Amino acid sequence: MRSDITFGQYIEGDSLFHRFDARIKIITSILFIVTIFLAKSLTAFALIFVSITVFVIMTRIPVRMMIKAMKPLLFIIIFTALINILWFKGDTLLVQFWIISIYLEGIFNAGIIIFRIIVLIIATSVFLTYTTTPLALTDALESLLKPLKLIHVPVHEFAMMMTIALRFIPTLIDETRKIINAQTARGADFSSGGLIKRAKAMIPILIPLFVSAFRRADELAVAMECRCYTGGEGRTKMNVPKTNAKDWIFFGVIILIGAAVVLLNIFLPVYTFSI
Amino acid sequence: MATVELKNVSFTYNKSMKNAKKALDDISFRIEGGITGLIGHTGSGKSTLVQLLNGLLKPDSGTVLIDGTDIWKEPKKIRDVRFKVGLVMQYPEHQLFADTVREDIGFGPKNMGLSKEEIKKRVEESARFAGLDPEVLDKSPFDLSGGQKRRVALSGVLAMDPEVLILDEPAAGLDPAGRREILGGIKKFSREKGTCVIIVSHSMEDMALYCDDLIVMANAKILMHRPCAEVFSEAELLSSVGLDVPQITKIARLMQKAGADIGLDVYTVDYAVDKILELERTKH
Ligand SMILES: Nc1ncnc2c1ncn2[C@@H]1O[C@H](COP(=O)(O)OP(=O)(O)O)[C@@H](O)[C@H]1O
Ligand SMILES: [Mg+2]
Repeated sequence: MRSDITFGQYIEGDSLFHRFDARIKIITSILFIVTIFLAKSLTAFALIFVSITVFVIMTRIPVRMMIKAMKPLLFIIIFTALINILWFKGDTLLVQFWIISIYLEGIFNAGIIIFRIIVLIIATSVFLTYTTTPLALTDALESLLKPLKLIHVPVHEFAMMMTIALRFIPTLIDETRKIINAQTARGADFSSGGLIKRAKAMIPILIPLFVSAFRRADELAVAMECRCYTGGEGRTKMNVPKTNAKDWIFFGVIILIGAAVVLLNIFLPVYTFSI
Repeated sequence: MATVELKNVSFTYNKSMKNAKKALDDISFRIEGGITGLIGHTGSGKSTLVQLLNGLLKPDSGTVLIDGTDIWKEPKKIRDVRFKVGLVMQYPEHQLFADTVREDIGFGPKNMGLSKEEIKKRVEESARFAGLDPEVLDKSPFDLSGGQKRRVALSGVLAMDPEVLILDEPAAGLDPAGRREILGGIKKFSREKGTCVIIVSHSMEDMALYCDDLIVMANAKILMHRPCAEVFSEAELLSSVGLDVPQITKIARLMQKAGADIGLDVYTVDYAVDKILELERTKH
């Protein structure tokens, strides 16, 4: 049962991006993000624009959802853009009044930064959050971080904690809603009064929530022990993730895009940016 | 006597989602006092319906009338509606929070702005109805057994002395003695205070024992709203929506097939015994 507070952004689908191995998606997303920041020349930006557009089309996720992913970061986008416009000193002065001077280069820079942030958000959505379930992500992280076991980092335990936390977020959201409803039914008032009164009004929600979280933790611990869970040693997976040709082809494509961006910067520089 | 009336009420969760399905579809009914049972298969919309009655949810269309007034006429006063229509949610024992049982039961009355003496009086009275011993009142609610916690949560709503009392599966997961005590306490409360009660339950046996009328829900709609005896005589219709009749009604049906007709509207053991004895007498 899902409430209107959706957690995790996964959108069910059957596109190539949904089917790529999660580990490959994590690595390629890092590579692609690096590529975004390597781009300096307008030709390089054009290539990135084309690739991200193709990726979005490939996922078959509505553009509306991409815009939704940007909403929470809208403030940061606008803020960085403003700072760039107002503080950047260039050669072509456009407007000057009071202590503000706006240069053409500042506006270009702001545009590039906005472009980078937007592509960054869309790329992480397309590569990871929209097309990979949180569980697949945790599994992939565990698999990628396995080498750290050599220096005694409890990778499996961290992954298990993440998995459990992810598993219980919807449950706790549900529980919170029920508790709020129950206390509201008894006339609790969360929306009036000063700060202290409002903080106090949270007590009837927080205490039952903590009690229930601990109760669930306890029950889960018992259930896991009953099934002989003793941690990562000697544990095998039911679904062993496997990479195949399509994953490596995709990996190759991302590398190629990265290489092409560097080459375009050098050999086809059109209006190169310093940032 | 309080009246509860729904007029063409529909409700959908997560309306923005493409495949959103109606949880309630054009529901209308009217209840005047007494104890009404609300039965239906899991997911038929019972919990949704009761949350609409005290304004926790707002209908997409249609009106909810308590004592003839639309509860959403003045949305700012919805809190008063909640004092008038007490709702005990499913598994209410998970909502206890205070240091002492007394304080927890007094939460509702305190929110109503009652005086200290009045709160004390109400706490003790409602604890009695819910079958709680007075010495429990000064303990921590977290030290009690599951059944006792359920009673504390129930008292918390009884203490608000609502005109309409709604209970979502109040006896779920309790042992037979616990069920009888809780449901018996509710019945007694209703009779003494003249409270209009709506009980949501799965158990046909409990419904047969404690309710006057029954509302049967199926697939977001109301299938029947009739007195217990009439509802239980419709065994086929009930089983078509995944519900059952009380055991004793099944026996009455078997007896009728075997040639000993005591009627199909039998739904309590006592009544069945009377009927069987009557049948015996007429035979001889
Ligand atoms: N908070 C919620 N969010 C989304 N859907 C819900 C929610 N609560 C209930 N539903 C859905 O509404 C329908 C009716 O549920 P409910 O009223 O809880 O039924 P009942 O209490 O009869 O088992 C079900 O299909 C259920 O999945
Ligand atoms: Mg329910």
